Amino acid sequence: MAYDKFTILKSSAVPLPIENVDTDQIIPARFLKATKREGFGDNLFRDWRYNSDGTIKTDFVLNNPIYTGKILVGGRNFGSGSSREHAAWAIYDYGFRCVVSSFFADIFKNNSINIGILPVTVSEAFLDQIFVAIEADPATELEVDLEQQTISIVATGASESFDINGYKKHNLLNGFDDIDYLQAMKTEILAFAENK
Amino acid sequence: MASTLFDKVWDAHVVRKIEDGPDVFFIDRHFIHEVTSPVAFLGLESRGLGVMFPEKTFATADHNTPTINQHLPVEDPLSANQLKALESNSAKYGISHWGLGDPKNGIVHVVGPENGITLPGMTIVCGDSHTSTHGAFGAIAFGIGTSEVEMVLSSQCIMQPKPKRMRILVTGTLNKAVTPKDVTLYIIAQLTTAGATGYFVEYAGDVFENMTMEGRMTVCNMSIEMGARGGMIAPDETTFAYIKGREKAPKGADWDTALAYWKTLKSDDDASFDKEYHFNAADIEPMITYGTNPGMGMGITRSIPKAVDLEGGVATYQKSLAYMGFAEEEAMIGKKIDYVFVGSCTNGRIEDFRAFATIVKGRKKAEHVIAWIVPGSHLVEQQIQEEGILDILTEAGFALRQPGCSACLAMNDDKIPAGKYAVSTSNRNFEGRQGPGSRTLLASPLVAAAAAVTGYVTDPRTLLS
Ligand code: SF4
Repeated sequence: MAYDKFTILKSSAVPLPIENVDTDQIIPARFLKATKREGFGDNLFRDWRYNSDGTIKTDFVLNNPIYTGKILVGGRNFGSGSSREHAAWAIYDYGFRCVVSSFFADIFKNNSINIGILPVTVSEAFLDQIFVAIEADPATELEVDLEQQTISIVATGASESFDINGYKKHNLLNGFDDIDYLQAMKTEILAFAENK
Repeated sequence: MASTLFDKVWDAHVVRKIEDGPDVFFIDRHFIHEVTSPVAFLGLESRGLGVMFPEKTFATADHNTPTINQHLPVEDPLSANQLKALESNSAKYGISHWGLGDPKNGIVHVVGPENGITLPGMTIVCGDSHTSTHGAFGAIAFGIGTSEVEMVLSSQCIMQPKPKRMRILVTGTLNKAVTPKDVTLYIIAQLTTAGATGYFVEYAGDVFENMTMEGRMTVCNMSIEMGARGGMIAPDETTFAYIKGREKAPKGADWDTALAYWKTLKSDDDASFDKEYHFNAADIEPMITYGTNPGMGMGITRSIPKAVDLEGGVATYQKSLAYMGFAEEEAMIGKKIDYVFVGSCTNGRIEDFRAFATIVKGRKKAEHVIAWIVPGSHLVEQQIQEEGILDILTEAGFALRQPGCSACLAMNDDKIPAGKYAVSTSNRNFEGRQGPGSRTLLASPLVAAAAAVTGYVTDPRTLLS
């Protein structure tokens, strides 16, 4: 089992209303030098969080203590660019379990699910509603229900359903990953390889 | 039923279809490098798993390697550690490893094809998004994350939903000084950086048919920059001629069998695509980017678009221009340049250095420009020397570095300083991609050469006879 089960997540959220947030911003390449999966959260959004001398950029949202929570809400085309899974590790390690956007880049979306982060794709209009709600009240809670495939703004009750394929959903609900699945079908794979 | 090139290759590799889920997808070739593999090997260990087919995985060190003094120990202890891990993991599991200093070492997407490891009809993955490069051979090739690297090592498969099919046709005759890099930057500017997300692209039309393999690799390489899972081009005589005789390419009777199969790898005439685009070669100019994603590109003689002219967020657009230190409606021609980077898996092949040399020949490097000229592999380095390009470069005041990813992602010491402008032949102009605070203008080797000798963004057509 590779990660904790994901069922219902109710939490306040951190808003990042920027489009095309690429994986080089999520974690710059110079922090990819570890040979273990540890401590990547410290360098999440490194160059947006810190000045080059290491001092804190106070205007960046992660440095604003009024925004907290396990859900990150990003603008359109979140996670574009490099295939580095380190981007998903950094987000997970920082404490997020769910990323919400109106559009995700493919590889990032795959990588996230593979390590137990749920990417939730919402409509542009619902994304705006979330941003507006958080702006009005930073403590606004969102509820993500994987079984029901819904995301709602708790205070207003506004809700939307999201897509996820049945296989991945089953994995996340149970904390299974693809490696478990593939190991269970090794004979079939060997036979396939032989016939190629 | 009529099928596309993509369908033919994809369907031949599906081990199992999962209902309401991804396909279990068999991988023929797996490339690994020092940055995205160590955690995958740790994962194997902690689960007590082995490598299923070590002979299908190939390791090369490229992402954080220095591009000078490669014979000396790597100074940065973290990089050295990753390189050591790649070497020891490869040795432990019996994986072929081209480490630093090995004559076959180079950027993974350059050495795969040049050694005949990349072949038509294959499925190829690597923990690097520009794996799409190998699609130039009619292979399905794409980047994967580290969890998937672990899957391939342990089971030679990954779980993938089948992407939709897109065809991009470019027909006609390319204008003077328009290179494959310009073609791809043009396409990305039209589609935007997310325009092909969810799709696998087939490039077709006489523009690609007339391209060399190096050019096709440049185009397929950049597919990811418009969000595509990958891009591919049907193999033809150009492909076969490139492959023939390469070290790991099939030989003798195996070659004949392979060739017969490769010749079937094209989209049927009546195959349909989920989306199609058709562009006219004549509309493409030498291109340059002005913003912080590869879709923010335009013909070099144009001016930076106004935010309102573009779809997407005005705030994001303005943030991007502010980072670059540019303003709406400014011209790019004449902007002062600090650095020039020629290299990467996008434009680090012999043809790119030949192109660079055509402009540099008989001229001198602009005094204020720092130029990093980095071959994609030792083989390319050797070709540069043998063809006399090195002499042209030296004469003009340029030095050739040693192969590696270098300033493409600036994991080693090749970092563009904050605030400085670099014309780069690599693939990404994201904020800080080439070093914290660096400002990148993506372009072709010809545009890079024009900037290198004049010190300013210059239309290469004015320097070509
Ligand atoms: S040159 Fe750049 S894009 Fe290519 S493999 Fe290296 S880091 Fe990745």
